[in-house]
Amino acid sequence: MISVISDVKNILLVGVGGQGIVLAADVLSQVLVSAEYDVKMSEIHGMSQRGGSVNTMVRFGSKVFSPLIDKAKAEYILAFEQLEALRWSDYLKPGGVFIMNTQKIEPLPVLLGKARYPQNIDELIRGKGINLLAVDADSLAEEAGSKKAANIVLLGCLAALMPIDRGVWYAAIERRVPPKTVDINKRAFDIGYDLTSKPAFIV
Amino acid sequence: MKVLLSGNEAIAHGAYVAGVTMATGYPGTPSTEILETIVKYDEIEAAWAPNEKVALEVAIGASLAGSRALVTMKHVGLNVAADPLFTLAYTGVNGGLVIVSADDPGMHSSQNEQDNRNYAKAAKIPMLEPSDSQDAVLLIDEAFNISEIFDTPVILRTTTRVNHSKSLVEVDVERVRKEETYEKNPQKYVMIPAHAKSRREVVENRLNALSEFAEQFRGNRVEWGNRHIGFITSGVSYQYVKEAFPDASVLKLTMTYPLPRKLITDFIEQVEQAIVVEELDPFIEEQIKIWGLSVSGKRFIPAIGELNPDIIRGSLADKEDDALEESEALDIELPGRPPMLCPGCPHRGVLYTLNKLKLVVTGDIGCYTLGVLPPLEAMDTCICMGASIGNATGFQKATGRKDVVAVLGDSTFVHSGITPLIDAVYNRGFTTVIILDNRTTAMTGRQDHPGTGKTLKGYDGPPLDLEMIVRATGIQSVKVIDPYDLKVVKEAIKEETAKDEPSVIIFRRACLLVERPNTKPFMVTGACNGCKACVKLGCPAISWKEKRAQIDPEICSGCEVCVQVCKKDAVVEYAKVDRGAGI
Ligand SMILES: Cc1ncc(C[n+]2csc(CCOP(=O)(O)OP(=O)(O)O)c2C)c(N)n1
Repeated sequence: MISVISDVKNILLVGVGGQGIVLAADVLSQVLVSAEYDVKMSEIHGMSQRGGSVNTMVRFGSKVFSPLIDKAKAEYILAFEQLEALRWSDYLKPGGVFIMNTQKIEPLPVLLGKARYPQNIDELIRGKGINLLAVDADSLAEEAGSKKAANIVLLGCLAALMPIDRGVWYAAIERRVPPKTVDINKRAFDIGYDLTSKPAFIV
Repeated sequence: MKVLLSGNEAIAHGAYVAGVTMATGYPGTPSTEILETIVKYDEIEAAWAPNEKVALEVAIGASLAGSRALVTMKHVGLNVAADPLFTLAYTGVNGGLVIVSADDPGMHSSQNEQDNRNYAKAAKIPMLEPSDSQDAVLLIDEAFNISEIFDTPVILRTTTRVNHSKSLVEVDVERVRKEETYEKNPQKYVMIPAHAKSRREVVENRLNALSEFAEQFRGNRVEWGNRHIGFITSGVSYQYVKEAFPDASVLKLTMTYPLPRKLITDFIEQVEQAIVVEELDPFIEEQIKIWGLSVSGKRFIPAIGELNPDIIRGSLADKEDDALEESEALDIELPGRPPMLCPGCPHRGVLYTLNKLKLVVTGDIGCYTLGVLPPLEAMDTCICMGASIGNATGFQKATGRKDVVAVLGDSTFVHSGITPLIDAVYNRGFTTVIILDNRTTAMTGRQDHPGTGKTLKGYDGPPLDLEMIVRATGIQSVKVIDPYDLKVVKEAIKEETAKDEPSVIIFRRACLLVERPNTKPFMVTGACNGCKACVKLGCPAISWKEKRAQIDPEICSGCEVCVQVCKKDAVVEYAKVDRGAGI
């Protein structure tokens, strides 16, 4: 019996309920479906909607079985919030790409003054030998026209690293975001895309 | 055409294709989106029932009349619907009837982790388990066929990872049209003992016939690989096994009750070692062991929580030398991120007051259950939907204490809070019952219910009159109060708990996610002396920084509850600033 080497790639999106992670993951998986991959995506809704920690796992390749990503197996992590970035950093595969929004959302224990929000998260993550791209997606999204498009800025950062045409991404964005916001979201996408498509960004 | 669908969307699509004309249920994670998706089909009468028992009873009526009927609920919902279920197993169906039981291994959003496969065995009815969305579409169709051919209700048992994961589904399939007629048949449908005795035999014979059918069922199949280990598995565990051991032989079962004995025996005989991989109970394993076959399962595979490929690999690590890659653990402890009541949640002020008054609070299930966490810490119990009122009556009767209140939401009150309120009056209790009426079923994503009058299909009817219902039970004192007014909230609770009779306070204000009042955000001025009174409200907009309170104007809803707890008048309206165009 010959062992089949799996070509499946893993993308983990993490953050806090309300940050537009589900929308970003929907656009991403739509793009992967258009590119004719087999795709599975797992997300947990429910309690997590009330400001809890949210994670969405996207897997693609010629044949995907499990919808879940195992620890240390994600080729890409897209973190929408710093603390969540740190929490999930063990999921990155050695040599993987880690894109982190610099936004901080304090969880209840920190709001109450009962726990401290960790300092210098970017350094902690880099200290694990991870190639981290920290992006101020909120400000960049504001440049594009609205802070709420931060999720699409981050998606743009990821898109530039994947072998799929920009047009496919545009089409998926157009299909998924409210019609009035298509232009803002496309601008947001471009800003993110241009950031990581520069030769200076070595993966 | 292939599209990416969640398990819930796939079930809805599959039900449409299978010609379902009636779909009922009660919201509950992870099942809720099935009906929320099915509602878009004009051909299907879709409705939220007040609870799962009613949902199943409505579906039974539709099935008797000849329609194909689908019922959806979370795992604990089947406890509520268990009474009709067990006798429905005797009567059988006319039009096909399928019950979706969405289990929640790992308890992502549930109060327990029960394995509802046991219901199929206990009720002696067939059960199918999809492993992804494509399976779900195929199995819904099979389930309706089995239901009609074998004259039985069928359970489609899913788990969170199947309901909420998305995978590709072939969707170009035409809807089946099925018309049946109703014929009166009391021997079959009226379960008096004389009739039930003969139906009892039918149930047993049917199970034997189903066992035969399971041997040929196309959903049960062997995928041969190396014969070193043979895995017997079902549901999402099948996907995990394929991921962890791509070369192994696998017997994939999608019909897990009754089991195909011959198929399983043959498989076990052809592999060196057979291992059952299943989440939660050793449901398949025990049945196989009763046949005297050699198989293992829970000796290696955990019975608690969800599985994943890593856990399966790790559990069997000494069997296959497939060492787990250990990743470096973080050496600092990260603050957790528990879910919170939203800024401006109308529940907050009431929970805050209950804590201040140091009352015994028998709680219930809904967003307000989050009030158990610090800093509100305003809940003593949470058992199941509707339990709060009975719990309060029992506690109060056992102790004679008056400082006991029951707290439950509007949807929960309608679901199962009315009967225990009748009991409180009838049996001369003196509990105060607090109904947190936020005009929606918030916890599960804001579904309407009889108290809002709006139906799933969009009909806007008269809302159930909670005050009248409460009065009809014999309660003399019913107050309706705005939960944003803390002074009135406190007075009302003090007054009602002092009484020697049962009473009800309805705190009424719409959930902010349903109806957002046009209020402005607030801010903390230099007058703050750092007393932390507002911080103790547990509002996500309020934080504690450099010994002073701070309000995040981006998320403050302007409910003014914190204004009322501040003794220094340090919370004032935030100067209007331009916060950019919203998307
Ligand atoms: C028997 C059962 N069915 C469904 C659920 C899922 N569920 C949890 S809370 C809830 C309803 C909450 O609504 P409500 O009581 O109005 O409180 P709110 O969340 O709006 O504050 C539901 C349906 C459950 N836990 N148990």
